[in-house]
Amino acid sequence: MSTQTIQKKTWYVNLLTSTLGRKFIMAGTGLFLVLFLAVHLIGNLQLLIPDEGKTFNEYAHFMGHNKFIQAISVGNFFFILLHIAYSFALTRYNISARPQQYAYAKTNNSSWTSRNMMILGTLVLIFIVVHLQAFWAKSKFGGLEPISYNGVEHHNLYLATKIAFAEWWIVLLYVVSMIALAFHLSHGVASAFQTLGLNHVKYTPLIKVFGYAFAIIVPFLFALIPVWMFIAQNM
Amino acid sequence: MKLTLKIWRQKNSQDKGKMVEYKLNDVSADMSFLEMLDVLNEELTLKGEDPVAFDHDCREGICGMCSLYINGKPHGPKQTTTCQLHMRSFNDGDTIYIEPWRAKAFPVVKDLAVDRGAFDRIIQAGGYISVNTGVTVDANEIPIAKEIADKAFDAATCIGCGACVAACKNASAMLFVSAKVSQFTLLPQGKAERKRRVEAMVEQMDEEGFGACTNTGACAAECPKEISLENIARLNREYLFAKLTSNNV
Ligand code: HEM
Ligand code: SF4
Ligand code: FES
Repeated sequence: MSTQTIQKKTWYVNLLTSTLGRKFIMAGTGLFLVLFLAVHLIGNLQLLIPDEGKTFNEYAHFMGHNKFIQAISVGNFFFILLHIAYSFALTRYNISARPQQYAYAKTNNSSWTSRNMMILGTLVLIFIVVHLQAFWAKSKFGGLEPISYNGVEHHNLYLATKIAFAEWWIVLLYVVSMIALAFHLSHGVASAFQTLGLNHVKYTPLIKVFGYAFAIIVPFLFALIPVWMFIAQNM
Repeated sequence: MKLTLKIWRQKNSQDKGKMVEYKLNDVSADMSFLEMLDVLNEELTLKGEDPVAFDHDCREGICGMCSLYINGKPHGPKQTTTCQLHMRSFNDGDTIYIEPWRAKAFPVVKDLAVDRGAFDRIIQAGGYISVNTGVTVDANEIPIAKEIADKAFDAATCIGCGACVAACKNASAMLFVSAKVSQFTLLPQGKAERKRRVEAMVEQMDEEGFGACTNTGACAAECPKEISLENIARLNREYLFAKLTSNNV
């Protein structure tokens, strides 16, 4: 019985291309991105320290020059691309599983968020593209003012954020995107645990609470930064 | 009760099909939903028209043969099977939409009847235990904790109706497959083929073209047997564990 072949492809190819395997990738990369968000938030909150950006710029300098952080950053880019690629592939596959729609369908058996992760994710994706070309590309490929602390030249990334967040429409874009992220996470965090099979009468309720708390607190603090910097400059 | 019915009519699997409107003027609130359709078919037959094809068998809520997507929900507005749904759940003058299960893996045979052979093939792939014949084993020879027995029993109450697939926006069969995997994997008798079973059943599920689970929970909300999402989590971890540790390279 154990020698009987079950899958047509080699086991790991089969694992990575099965519907369950593809979901494991979504969940695994999603949870990595959740961790990234937490770290990224702690870094960004330093923008609010009232020292004309010294702490933040030094932190950005450290992140940009530390080999370990650079390695993680490459992994992070890889995981987000994987998350996006798999989300498109899975969503297309799922749509194809019902070629003919119902004439009349009620949807009160599930949350809007859980049914529209692709829309929410796409909003987040648009944000990521805008966000990266505004800050990351500049600090990587030039376009930032230099500033010197103790004789060491730093990029003044703080100044770039300050200039960006003087514009109301950029602030608005950030706030709207963080709302989309909040909804994405409100389903995503707990869902990822379920996908990975981590379900238990004791822990699942706690995971759900954690998921909602993370989905509210983290995007709120992310959105607070541009709003705060806008008010500080314009009021 | 007077009712307006909008029913999916499709001559055969090749036909394009369309919604057709029918009126019923004398429906009793005590009728079951299927009896109401029997009345309609009686009228159609007398008029020399083709009666509406729909699946049913036990009409007791235990076989899983009845289906129907009624007013936007599998098995209609109550969390029960269509045969156990009664016309008192509707009001005089209502318009009722009646459609077949919609999924690539459940092709329409005729009108409201779909081919659920995909479920049978998933069961054939691994939804069983192999027992070498011999004397009948004493019922309580293998001790099983009550809690485990109850969980396995709850999973085993799945009647294979397919409402989970019909309800899911992805037409995913995860709730069904997870119930069928769980009922065996939880019990000592099912442990022997534990890894092979889950690998083979998921392989077949994918082959049939059911969608992937996005944890919306619509399946469990509509399942007439209240199969829990906990089973889907179990299926996920059983599958991952089997893929990583079985001898099937
Ligand atoms: C910082 C950014 C992001 C984070 C932290 C994140 C996190 C997550 C998590 C934790 C899940 C749950 C996985 C599961 O249900 O098992 C998920 C699902 C999903 N994500 Fe993201 N995501 C992000 C960005 C994106 C982007 C940019 C897209 C698309 C363009 C996207 C599309 C999706 C889709 C479609 C799902 C649902 C997949 C499914 O349930 O099968 N996400 N995300
Ligand atoms: S899990 Fe529920 S809805 Fe799905 S086939 Fe079984 S009884 Fe029907
Ligand atoms: S006809 Fe058997 S469950 Fe409805």
